Amino acid sequence: MPQNPIPSRRGLLFGTAAVSAGALLTACTSNEPKKTKDTESTENTGTTGDQAPISGDKPGKAVTIGFAGPQADHGWLNAINDNARSRAKKYDDVTLEITEGSNDTAAQIGQVQTLINKKVDVLVILPADGKALTQIGLQAMREGIPVINLDRVFASPQAYRCWIGGDNYGMGLNAGRYIGERLKDKADAKVIELAGVDSLELTKQRTQGFDDALKNYPNIKKVARQAADFTVESGQAKMAQLLQAQSRFDALWNHDDDQGVGALRAIAQAGRKDFLMVGGAGAKSAMDAIKADDSVLKATVLYPPTMAASAIDIARAVAQGKGIGGMSELEIPASITLYSAVVTKDNVDQYLPTGFS
Amino acid sequence: MTQPSSPAQQDAPVDLAKTTAGGGRRILPRPRADVRNLSLLGVLAALIVVGGVTRPEEFLATSNLQLVLTQASVIGVVTVGMTFVITSGGIDLSVGAIVALASVWATTVATQEYGFAGILFTAVAVGLGCGLVNGLLIAYGGMVPFIATIAMLASARGLALEITDGKTQIVTVPSVLDLGVKDAHVLGVPPLVLVFAAVVVIGWLLLNRTTFGRRTLAVGGNAEAARLAGIDVRRQRLGLYLLSGLCCGIAAFMLIVLSGSGQNTNGNLYELDAIAAAIIGGTLLSGGRGTIVGSVLGVLIFTTITNIFALNNLESAVQQIAKGAIIVAAVLIQHRTLRGRGDG
Repeated sequence: MPQNPIPSRRGLLFGTAAVSAGALLTACTSNEPKKTKDTESTENTGTTGDQAPISGDKPGKAVTIGFAGPQADHGWLNAINDNARSRAKKYDDVTLEITEGSNDTAAQIGQVQTLINKKVDVLVILPADGKALTQIGLQAMREGIPVINLDRVFASPQAYRCWIGGDNYGMGLNAGRYIGERLKDKADAKVIELAGVDSLELTKQRTQGFDDALKNYPNIKKVARQAADFTVESGQAKMAQLLQAQSRFDALWNHDDDQGVGALRAIAQAGRKDFLMVGGAGAKSAMDAIKADDSVLKATVLYPPTMAASAIDIARAVAQGKGIGGMSELEIPASITLYSAVVTKDNVDQYLPTGFS
Repeated sequence: MTQPSSPAQQDAPVDLAKTTAGGGRRILPRPRADVRNLSLLGVLAALIVVGGVTRPEEFLATSNLQLVLTQASVIGVVTVGMTFVITSGGIDLSVGAIVALASVWATTVATQEYGFAGILFTAVAVGLGCGLVNGLLIAYGGMVPFIATIAMLASARGLALEITDGKTQIVTVPSVLDLGVKDAHVLGVPPLVLVFAAVVVIGWLLLNRTTFGRRTLAVGGNAEAARLAGIDVRRQRLGLYLLSGLCCGIAAFMLIVLSGSGQNTNGNLYELDAIAAAIIGGTLLSGGRGTIVGSVLGVLIFTTITNIFALNNLESAVQQIAKGAIIVAAVLIQHRTLRGRGDG
């Protein structure tokens, strides 16, 4: 059908409105807080724990570290990248070759292969899937490039020189212990659990640790458990249902602070305050809430992203043939499991710089 | 471009006449849609019995009704838009991604400085913008809806990740957060549920009582016939994807209120939930027939199932298995009822 080629006045008006709306919108994508005079720049960059590095600070042989991780599609992984970058920047003798993150096994294998071909001195690999990337870890080791395996473990110890990562079982254990100590004098105490993605091994380990810790407190019973999927949206939805299902309980453990944002919304929306909540992972928003002490959230158990900074330290030490300060051995250990500390109001200031958003 | 039309869809003009407003002669009685909705109501009633028997105190409480309706509201609004698109013979696979993009765009630090209005405006504008792109690509660019919207899915999710950098954007505007709490209830009805109800009523009127609705049915029944009958099919399609985008924008704002944040993972798999709810409701995937009431019932059935499972503390694995089974059961019951009437 022939259309009038001249735009109507209404069309023109609408078009102009649309264009200006678009212009206004594009100004709204910025996530940089407006610079107010001298605010601490901890917001986006300062997520590194700046405690003493493991091997000496003194510059040694120049080393190139290759770093390959998954796509940083949520806060914790993003913090992993930030930690690795800022730690590497601290050393004058370290050059960091960091790849674009990928969740695709084939793509990540390709990226590690590229780093091997570039003949980096040492590799730090956080595999998207530990089992699936074992082969490329083995290959790197065979070609004489030491591999530091970060967090998600390879299927074979031959595929890495050193593994460093978090402790999911320990997270559950410490969350359970903290709740147990808080409730130990309360008869018939009830506890509920908001778990993470149920199809993941780590969720099973966290729940196992939590259950094992609660066994030490016969007065406490876990009355409900629902699995969310690490997203804010699912945290809100599942928590709202849990609150409806349990009219009275004394404590809640939530596996993940990201979904905890949603869980806290659901709790506020229901107007409930009659229990204590413990989080997991160590997001900045959770630590802020613990510090402010104005919600049910009283503690969070860490799964510290600072492990990436430590992995850089270890990689540098391995490449320079150094050991760890404070230990008798000449060599870097084969595996290092991090401690899942419980962050409460009393010690939150110490951990705040490591909180991720 | 035109949709492939099959002989099975030749009854479109009849459908068209059937839904003619008010005083128009009804060529056919309208039992079909009603029977479908009745069987859905039956499924819903059965679920309510199950919930009422297993957890009477918690399930039958007013607070639980508010909860179920609130949880249904976000996906419900998306489903209304989806119902229009499917009725026209199209599909919108990008709804979840648009909700994600709109919700993160509307919760950036820069947007939050403009407060309530800024967040609402941005969410709706981003939804409309994505819908506009979808509509232009499909109606004027000649792309197949499946492909155009899957492309939108990928890019909108990508852009959402780019904006957030994988971070959770917390909303700090009190007037937005307060909409979700108990004090904001109007005569016991949460504001989000009111928005949902308004969208449903407007959607129903639009589909059943306006030329826009009748044109949608005509385009879905037989696009070529609709074109020959003087309907500007391309403009109609553009309008439909805009409408779906608008619904996503509204839903994104509602999700921001509900979750107090914007995250690039928001709206995960909404496309599947919305399509499933619409199809179970009785909207034809091939186009030409659509029912808003059915879609709403579909959404309510899904939300009630989730609610009953959570109240009974069942594992997510069991939930998923049972959900699949109930979908199959609901559709089989529908077919049975229709066949019983010699109508299926």
